[in-house]
Amino acid sequence: MTTRVLLVDDHAMFRSGVRAELGDRVDVVGEAGTPAEAIAAIRSSQPEVVLLDVHMPDGGGLAVLEAIAPELPDIRFLALSVSDAAEDVIALIRAGARGYVTKTISADDLAEAITRVAGGDVVFSPLLAGFVLDAFRDSPVAPSVDPNFDQLTPREREVMRLLARGYAYKEIAAELFISIKTVETHASNVLRKLQLSSRHQLTRWAADRRML
Amino acid sequence: MPGPCAYGDHGVVSTAVPTTRTTARLFRRPGSWRPAGVAAGIAEHIGVRVLLVRLGFIALAAAGGLGVALYGAYWIVLPPAPDAPRSRVPLWLEYLLAGLAAVAAVGGVTYTMPLSGVFAPTLLACLGGALIWRQATEPERDRWRRISRTSLSADHDDRMGRIRLAAGAALVVAGGAIVLARANFSAIRDGLLAVVVTVVGMALLTGPWWMRMMTQLGAERGERIRSQERADIAAHLHDSVLQTLALIQRNSGSPREVTRLARGQERELRTLLYGSRTASGQLADELRVAAAEVEDAYAISVETVVVGDVALTDGLAAAAAAAREALVNAAKHAGVTVVSLYAEVEPDAVSIFIKDRGVGFDLDAVAPDRQGVRGSIIGRIERHGGDVKVRSQPGSGTEVEIRMPLQ
Repeated sequence: MTTRVLLVDDHAMFRSGVRAELGDRVDVVGEAGTPAEAIAAIRSSQPEVVLLDVHMPDGGGLAVLEAIAPELPDIRFLALSVSDAAEDVIALIRAGARGYVTKTISADDLAEAITRVAGGDVVFSPLLAGFVLDAFRDSPVAPSVDPNFDQLTPREREVMRLLARGYAYKEIAAELFISIKTVETHASNVLRKLQLSSRHQLTRWAADRRML
Repeated sequence: MPGPCAYGDHGVVSTAVPTTRTTARLFRRPGSWRPAGVAAGIAEHIGVRVLLVRLGFIALAAAGGLGVALYGAYWIVLPPAPDAPRSRVPLWLEYLLAGLAAVAAVGGVTYTMPLSGVFAPTLLACLGGALIWRQATEPERDRWRRISRTSLSADHDDRMGRIRLAAGAALVVAGGAIVLARANFSAIRDGLLAVVVTVVGMALLTGPWWMRMMTQLGAERGERIRSQERADIAAHLHDSVLQTLALIQRNSGSPREVTRLARGQERELRTLLYGSRTASGQLADELRVAAAEVEDAYAISVETVVVGDVALTDGLAAAAAAAREALVNAAKHAGVTVVSLYAEVEPDAVSIFIKDRGVGFDLDAVAPDRQGVRGSIIGRIERHGGDVKVRSQPGSGTEVEIRMPLQ
């Protein structure tokens, strides 16, 4: 069964390009060009996965996430952006997106990422893995409420490092002699830490960009 | 008789912008037998007869000398009308008259006003200062301007600023002490009260005007900066983006070339939008520049991820150069369009990984005389105390790992 996907991007040209590229690998149930349209379309068509552009007028992807995520927690969001800027990506992940890819991603990789997100997994681009490693680097950590969320385990760090080096989950599993399922669990845990951590690097990023 | 606001109908040349209502400006109108032309200018401006204005000045002069002062002030501040003929009084005579008037004024002030004992010395000091300023060379003036800019907000290393702050404070304290020690308090109170009332009155009168001027200046400056930036961006877009688009149209048959052009342009725009990434002596920038060069030269895209940063050393420069060589190898031989470059600064070493999913090769089968991997990568790194691991198998891509210890 193919995944039901909603495309949200303010450029109609990009939406039609993605739709054509994905072909029948996924079931595109709708498109939206503004956050308001997107919120209405998500409510009416109930997709499994929303491909969400980070930069749009009227609040961007963040506005959609903030409006929908608490209301419909089963809908998964995959952030899609031309920006390599850490703060954009981190803001969407912290608001609940399950992954992040850049717009230059190949159609095959995008289809795989959508399937993965629909199946409950998370998607890390090498860049996002790099951000995570940067944010959780072993610099002095301010005393925090819950230290569990404020550092990565050595295994999680290894997984992130391999992701940043361009490894796919399957290759990581082979490299570390663990199952793909375990790799996915590590990745999910890292994403949760990214969302819940009070590490000062993350909060500082957010505060600097007035995202709090 | 036209009112004071009449404009354009009595020959006064206006320099105002033509799109706004031309307002008549007040000029002096020196003529052949009136060297100043103050009264004539005012008369023309408000549209009354010259004689009336003159009578007004004389009346004011009789009532306490205000007329003389006003006349002098007008003479000084009003510009002569642009079309006015030069007066026939020779220039030296004007200077002589002005000098005599100045001496008379100084003398009058010195002998009539309280505190007059310091007036003449102060004036002389000002004149001397002005003379020094006029004689100074440009670098000297620059230095004076610089050191006079900071006092209260002086840095720790700004010695002049601190000295001046201390001297100023000492003078204020000393002045206050002298006043307190020898002054007659009831007289001072009246004087102070008068000064305070005057100052408050001045602030009320001119405050809005100052505010408006400051706001206007700020707005004007902002507008100038904005238009400057707009011009810069327009120039940039024209030079690079439009050129690239033209090239892409001409190369539309070659997807590889189009990708290369688009990628290079994308990088350039990013640099414009998010700040420059040029060679700065930092490892991350060095690697990004190397990746960009390889992208441009070989029409591939390099997914660059750098975690942490550190200043370049000889060893790290060699590592970056080796990484560049590994990228070039991947671009030339792997047969892929995407190569991953990952670098991480660890506490004791820097690790750099270059990975592709291309054809791969058998490391043992590479001819020993091939310079690429052995010379430019392995040899270069080992000379600087690092080590290189190459992992490759035919059909499953290649990964080069460079590790360079930090001294």
